[in-house]
Amino acid sequence: MTTAATECLLQLYDERHELEDYQSGVPRWCTGCGDNAILAAVQRLCRDEQLKPEKTVFVSGIGCSSRLPHYMKTYGFHGIHGRALPIAEGVRMARPDLHVFVNTGDGDCCSIGAAHWIHALRYNMNLTVFLHDNQVYGLTKKQASPTSPKGLKSNTTPRGSYLEALNPLTVTLGVQNVSFVAQAVDWIPEVLYDIVSAAFHHKGLSFVRIVQRCPEWLPQLLEPFLHDPMKVKLLHHDDGLAISPGIAKVYKNTQRHDPADMNRAREIASGVDPIPVGILYRNPDVPCYEDLRVTGQLRTPDLIRQGLEAELDKFTVWPQEGPAT
Amino acid sequence: MQAARAARGSVAPRAATTLTQHVVEIISDSGEGAQRCGQSLGAIAARMGNGVWTVEIIPAEIRPPARSVAGASGNRIRLGTGPVTNGGDETDLVVAFNEQVLLGRVRARELKAGATILLESMWRDHPDPAIAASYIEVHDRLAAAGYRVHEVPMERECRKLVSDARRGKNMFALGMLCSIYSLDLELAREQIALAFGKKAASVVATNVTLLDAGFAWAEEHLDFKYRIPAVQATEAQIVVNGNTALALGVVASGMDICAMYPITPATSASHYLSEMFENVGGIVHQAEDEIAACAFAIGASYAGRCAVTITSGPGYSLKQEGIGLAVMAEIPLVVVNVQRGGPSTGQPTKAEQGDLLTSIFGSHGDAPKVVMAAATVEDCFYSMITARKIAETFNMVVIVLSDANLATSQTPFPRPIFSEAWVAPPIDQNPVPAGARPYDWDPVTGLARRFVPGQPGGMHTVTGLAHDRDSHVAYDPDINEESLRARSLKLAAFQTTLRPPPVFGDAEGDLLVVGWGSTKGTIEEAVERLRAEGHKVSSMHLRFLQPLPPGIKDVMARFTKVMTVETNWADRPEDEIIDETNRRYSALAMLLRARYLVNVDCWTEVKGQPIKPGTLARVLRARLP
Repeated sequence: MTTAATECLLQLYDERHELEDYQSGVPRWCTGCGDNAILAAVQRLCRDEQLKPEKTVFVSGIGCSSRLPHYMKTYGFHGIHGRALPIAEGVRMARPDLHVFVNTGDGDCCSIGAAHWIHALRYNMNLTVFLHDNQVYGLTKKQASPTSPKGLKSNTTPRGSYLEALNPLTVTLGVQNVSFVAQAVDWIPEVLYDIVSAAFHHKGLSFVRIVQRCPEWLPQLLEPFLHDPMKVKLLHHDDGLAISPGIAKVYKNTQRHDPADMNRAREIASGVDPIPVGILYRNPDVPCYEDLRVTGQLRTPDLIRQGLEAELDKFTVWPQEGPAT
Repeated sequence: MQAARAARGSVAPRAATTLTQHVVEIISDSGEGAQRCGQSLGAIAARMGNGVWTVEIIPAEIRPPARSVAGASGNRIRLGTGPVTNGGDETDLVVAFNEQVLLGRVRARELKAGATILLESMWRDHPDPAIAASYIEVHDRLAAAGYRVHEVPMERECRKLVSDARRGKNMFALGMLCSIYSLDLELAREQIALAFGKKAASVVATNVTLLDAGFAWAEEHLDFKYRIPAVQATEAQIVVNGNTALALGVVASGMDICAMYPITPATSASHYLSEMFENVGGIVHQAEDEIAACAFAIGASYAGRCAVTITSGPGYSLKQEGIGLAVMAEIPLVVVNVQRGGPSTGQPTKAEQGDLLTSIFGSHGDAPKVVMAAATVEDCFYSMITARKIAETFNMVVIVLSDANLATSQTPFPRPIFSEAWVAPPIDQNPVPAGARPYDWDPVTGLARRFVPGQPGGMHTVTGLAHDRDSHVAYDPDINEESLRARSLKLAAFQTTLRPPPVFGDAEGDLLVVGWGSTKGTIEEAVERLRAEGHKVSSMHLRFLQPLPPGIKDVMARFTKVMTVETNWADRPEDEIIDETNRRYSALAMLLRARYLVNVDCWTEVKGQPIKPGTLARVLRARLP
């Protein structure tokens, strides 16, 4: 039974949030930029999950991708290049009550922040991480990124880039403790949303690579994939993504894949044409670092005093008559 | 030479010579327990009421070869009648487990001329003729050089009691030292029980037997004995080194998240903190690198739990971009830099004060932050409480400088009495008033109230980009200046809360010595010696380096000459091409000259060792106006 006062409180907190409650400012991304699709998907997720804006934090690094927090009416932390993940880890460790999202790009995550990427997967903290992978540096005006296809002409590789592209999926699936890996493309919003939602509901670090278009610097790169639905392979499973009839009509290249199957996930991850889309791997049983570390002990001044006194005792030289009683 | 080996025969009971202070060393190969012997000696003397300063002697390698000159491991203990504030001058008495580690100390010029040496004699009859020859050669050379060398059959005596003397010799040595310094044997037995408390009663008993044997041997065979009168302490004291004090201070400050990456000589603070947090609650996060450690701490602080990151020189360099972010976004953060020799990898285990200017000016652009320096081991404790408080009050980065000297020196100080005011209030989760802005800079102080995630109505995105009062990215040139002004004003606002630093000695005179950090004890001892000779010398020690507290110029104006004493590099005026147009002054001298337009001279020594008060006294005498 609830009292009138708690009824009031319940009502107070039952306040419904609409899409505009999560929107802030007008995005300054280019028209046709995949970042817009990602923003729309996460705003919808917040609305559908009714996340309290004050309890939600978007953390990002530097680059086009990392402008996203500015367009959310939640808390946001637009950090420094490559360091979104360790900042988000600190937020998460300090405040398990917050929903923490990370938006990072292919330069931010796979190049300057690569060390943090590997270790974040290993920590497996409860973070939802979106890799906005447009395969090029956008904000600094067209330099090859680690995920640029070999031969890409850019301002730093005028005759074409020299190295094979790094595959973020195979890298993540090679790291101990990885617990959720998915891939989406920006031009199928419905599937993008389903994947974003599945990532949010996974407890642990969910890593979503989003293949996205850069209309400014690489307008042609993904065109063939947009025009030929067979160049996208949808992964589906009872424990993975369900394909709606509407999507099934257009995207006929599908494959049943059990996200519990790591070996198969690695095989699928290595394919780049067609682009695999869906949940490649999910293991809900990997422990989260913050759960391993947080003692759950409430740190009142009194407990701090007790703990400190016990430590000081170990080093104390009492006057020769002994401790005062 | 025969005379030097008098210890072989029995001697008559000896009368104790009274001393006011003495420096004693126990050195061995690493793993032979000299550390424990030294620490126990310090603790026993402290319990008797003596002043004590213990310094670890650490080889640079984990397992240096046995019997090597570079492998000396052990402790240097300065005992005194009154409080001891530094490691003192050269060593008066040394117990050495082999002649090679002893040679290392002699070559480092750490032994006083004519110092007393108690040398393990087992090597004289060693089956390897090369070792026996080496021993005899070193022994004879040191004896000839005027050292009072006493050969002690430690191994032989210990073997009478235990099968593996290597594990018990340190307690035999402790027994000898208790006899030599007239320390209370019963207190020593208690100390052993305390030190080995976690182990079996038989272990304690064996060690007490060895202690007693060492005491009895010294009573019977040594022809000298000292007594350093003690002033019995009336209040409880704790005996810790600077890094342990730092870790205790972190807990006392209420901070419960420390992000770090292993680096010498800072790491032992995090070792101890890790252990303590297991009991008290809290997290030491060993991050994947120094940058991540800084970013992790910033994330935790941003979310409302002010965090600390503890590092040393190279790690401090790596954190610079993160520090700049915390400055720009006005996120409280405590960064501890336990300085070591630099630049680059430098001298990881050695003391230096080389990071002052990089602490003040580090990170690109104008990045104002508070820089404070612990001057004593006790300061290491309280600086953590102060730093957290400043960081959270002013939403600033606070850099706390310690160094390898404080980090590894043990000395007693009054046991802290916890106050609830030390810890942070719970995270503010109240709704933000309508219309409030995340960077509503006060026009006078530059201060703004910070909104923490969880506060309804306070949603905004912090950014390392230039931003306006709403935390929106600012492209407007005036807003950029406004925010620079606000962040700078906070330092001035904080400065108005500081008191002028006290002067040690008279408020006016011929020479004022200004120092900062771990040199405080040494400087004051040297100044005291000169004052006792009738010289008009005083000193002033700065705990806040950025901002500098008020009143400094007034103090300096009352002295004919002002100079700093530091352990960072300053060009030597006597060098051929050095003149006033190119001389690089030491860090603090440069700051004082720039801020106060006063002709501040400097003297520095950067040998990786703490400055000795005797050395400094000689320098000051020569520099008197």
